[in-house]
Amino acid sequence: MEQGKQKLLKDCRVLDFTNEMGFLCGKILGDMGADVIKIEKPGGDESRNLGSFYKDEPDPEKNLYWFSYNHNKRGITLDIETETGKDILRKLVKDTDILIETFPPGYLKKLGLDYKALSKINPALIMTSITPFGQTGPYKDYKGSDLILTAMSGFMSVLGDSDKPPVRPTLPQSYMWIGMHAAEGTLMAYYYRGMTGEGQQVDVSGQAGVTWAASIAPSFYDYNKVVPRRSGCFLTGRSITGAIMRAVYPCKDGFVTYIIYGGPAGIRTNQKLTEWMDSKGMCPDFIKNKDWAKFDIATVTQEEIDKLEAVYGAFFLTLTKDEFFQGCLDKDMLGYPVMTAKEIMDDEQLKARGMWKEVVHDDLGGAKITYPQFFTVFNTLACGFWRRAPRIGEHNEEVYGEMGLTKNDLLRLKKANVI
Amino acid sequence: MKRGIFEGIKIVEFAAIAAGPLIGQHLAIHGATSVHVESYKRPDGFRQNYPPYKDDKPGLNRSGAFTICNNDKYGVTLNLKSKEALEVSKKLIAWADIVIENFTPGTLDKLGMGYEHMKPYNPDIIWLSSCNQGQTGPHAFHPGFGSHLSSLCGFTYMTGYQDRYPCILYGPYVDHIGVGYGVIAAALALEHRRRTGEGQYVDLAQYEVGNQFMLPALLEYTVNNRIVERDGNRHSFAAPHNTFRCKGEDRWCVIAVFKDEEWKKLAKCMGREELISDPRFATISARKANEEALDKEVEKWTSQLDPYEVFHTLQKKGVQAGVVQTMKDLFENDPQLKHRGMWAPTQHTEVGLVHAEGAPFAFSKTPFKVRKAAPMIGEDNELVFKQFLGIPKGEYDRLVKEGVIA
Repeated sequence: MEQGKQKLLKDCRVLDFTNEMGFLCGKILGDMGADVIKIEKPGGDESRNLGSFYKDEPDPEKNLYWFSYNHNKRGITLDIETETGKDILRKLVKDTDILIETFPPGYLKKLGLDYKALSKINPALIMTSITPFGQTGPYKDYKGSDLILTAMSGFMSVLGDSDKPPVRPTLPQSYMWIGMHAAEGTLMAYYYRGMTGEGQQVDVSGQAGVTWAASIAPSFYDYNKVVPRRSGCFLTGRSITGAIMRAVYPCKDGFVTYIIYGGPAGIRTNQKLTEWMDSKGMCPDFIKNKDWAKFDIATVTQEEIDKLEAVYGAFFLTLTKDEFFQGCLDKDMLGYPVMTAKEIMDDEQLKARGMWKEVVHDDLGGAKITYPQFFTVFNTLACGFWRRAPRIGEHNEEVYGEMGLTKNDLLRLKKANVI
Repeated sequence: MKRGIFEGIKIVEFAAIAAGPLIGQHLAIHGATSVHVESYKRPDGFRQNYPPYKDDKPGLNRSGAFTICNNDKYGVTLNLKSKEALEVSKKLIAWADIVIENFTPGTLDKLGMGYEHMKPYNPDIIWLSSCNQGQTGPHAFHPGFGSHLSSLCGFTYMTGYQDRYPCILYGPYVDHIGVGYGVIAAALALEHRRRTGEGQYVDLAQYEVGNQFMLPALLEYTVNNRIVERDGNRHSFAAPHNTFRCKGEDRWCVIAVFKDEEWKKLAKCMGREELISDPRFATISARKANEEALDKEVEKWTSQLDPYEVFHTLQKKGVQAGVVQTMKDLFENDPQLKHRGMWAPTQHTEVGLVHAEGAPFAFSKTPFKVRKAAPMIGEDNELVFKQFLGIPKGEYDRLVKEGVIA
């Protein structure tokens, strides 16, 4: 489906000095065709040890998290703490459009490689600096892994069962939010540079980035000084009576998400479910007699919600996830099963959209791994999977060769532990 | 100060709730002029079906959910089902650089105002469609909200504890992923147009951008045939790694220890140096094996303290820690967010002082700026239709009277 489309960023060179907090940013640029060069310190990034491994073989060259977010990048090694390494970086920066980094604030300044110094070499450079809390301010030197940022962003305060401590999503999400926001800021700066010729620094705060995951929660405090609380599998804040609505029900073989809503779509769904249950002889009169057009979710009481949900719960227990899904699709109802990775991979919609690409990993003896291959469909721009994630220093010869370094130069750098 | 990044870019939003309007807001606070289209017959869903309402009094202009998605925009009403709406829509689209729409696929086509219908009136328009599952494929026309879609995307399954029902991710989680990717798509399309003059059609499926946030779990399944299960706050390679009760009502901190060095520092901060050599906790493997006992020891300490005391004490010693900040904390107790100007004060015409949520990225040359609060319904009809589009007064009055601008 990407035939005939162009790679918008094919002439854009990106140096990617990020850890897991920033991987997604470079990947997004790479998806759009940029020449993203992932730079690791000699021996490889620590982040190659995160999460799980291909066939559970704990090898930094087989890390699945690395595969997930570093494809569409070339990979080189460089120690920028050595004088030679600094010189090489300065040379690279001359032909670089975007530099992304996740070093602690002040680290690059100590090396004489901060935005101020590098922008003298290349005034059009865009430098995207990603940190847990930002480049300046009272928390700038504090550290933040996913757990810390999920908490500090406020997002965790609305996640988890009300009778248990707050939780984070088990698959870390904050790094995704941060990488995505970093790509937004980077591309906005890139557009501005196209208009004006000027580069600039983009200071991304992980904490502020994850706050956006909390949806409209801040508005409850801003408007009424109300503090939203975690409520497990219930939606809160939909009714001024304080009523909460169940959003996860058990079914025959797992869970489904159905929510009692108001508004045109909610009312249609409520009506359709009534008919569906009735067709199976499972709809009591009090629901059949309900005038859904007059149903107002904002003023509904908990008692009314509980009565409805007891009936719905009994009905959903008679269905499998798949039957529920098909029913919602056929009847134009709002509702989806609670899916796992397996079901996502089997989903017919994603297949029909051409989402999956089977990639041959020559680095794994020709093993095949299936990846999602685009984030969005553009009518004339290509967004795709172009190359697997690099091995440690895989493109040293290629990239340094493009800079004019010879094989002998590379050997010397390797012996000096610069690359 | 420099010009805003998107200064001069004009946006028209046939969009409601979060996924579409927030894309417009991100572009607006960086300089774009964005017009939010709705009607009295079908106001934006956030105006009437979603609290919070100011002082809990429902009203079309009292919704905090609407405000937080529509700051810095102009609000107009156009009854899309009226006869002449199509003509007015053409004028709006001809005026704009970007159209953002998040109707269920097919809806605008039925009104005769889909991309293909409208392209002749503005051949280089950038048209951004954001929907649940994409504009094509067998499930394209299925309507949906982000709160349901977050379950389809796999996020719900992975949140909470295995012996409990999965937890939802508070709101329409995946809508907001679509917002970020929507901004990315808009910036890319604008750059392409700047270079070539060519417009773009963007078919953004929130389901698909959701997949991007799930990649490691998808690979874990395709490669190792294993499904990532929800597991509270546990982490395979870190312990302690959890939320811990603190002093105060429902107050919690988080602590994440990845390295033995960090564990030693934590034990010292807790005044429990004897735990360092305790064989149950000396190595990461030992701490993982005795995690419940470990968590109890840590909580003995944290439960005596304010969460901010735990946070600062540990961070200053290089141990990763944080406060489970509430929405109140984000506004009142966070000097870092304040330093970044995260909550930008602005005056709403009916509600008064409200705060816009700022961008999570700060540009060194082109800071974001919130110039006005979210509009009341139809607040900017005259400005937009008369001044922006140049509709003469007589015609404007007629369109209002005949229920088109309504």
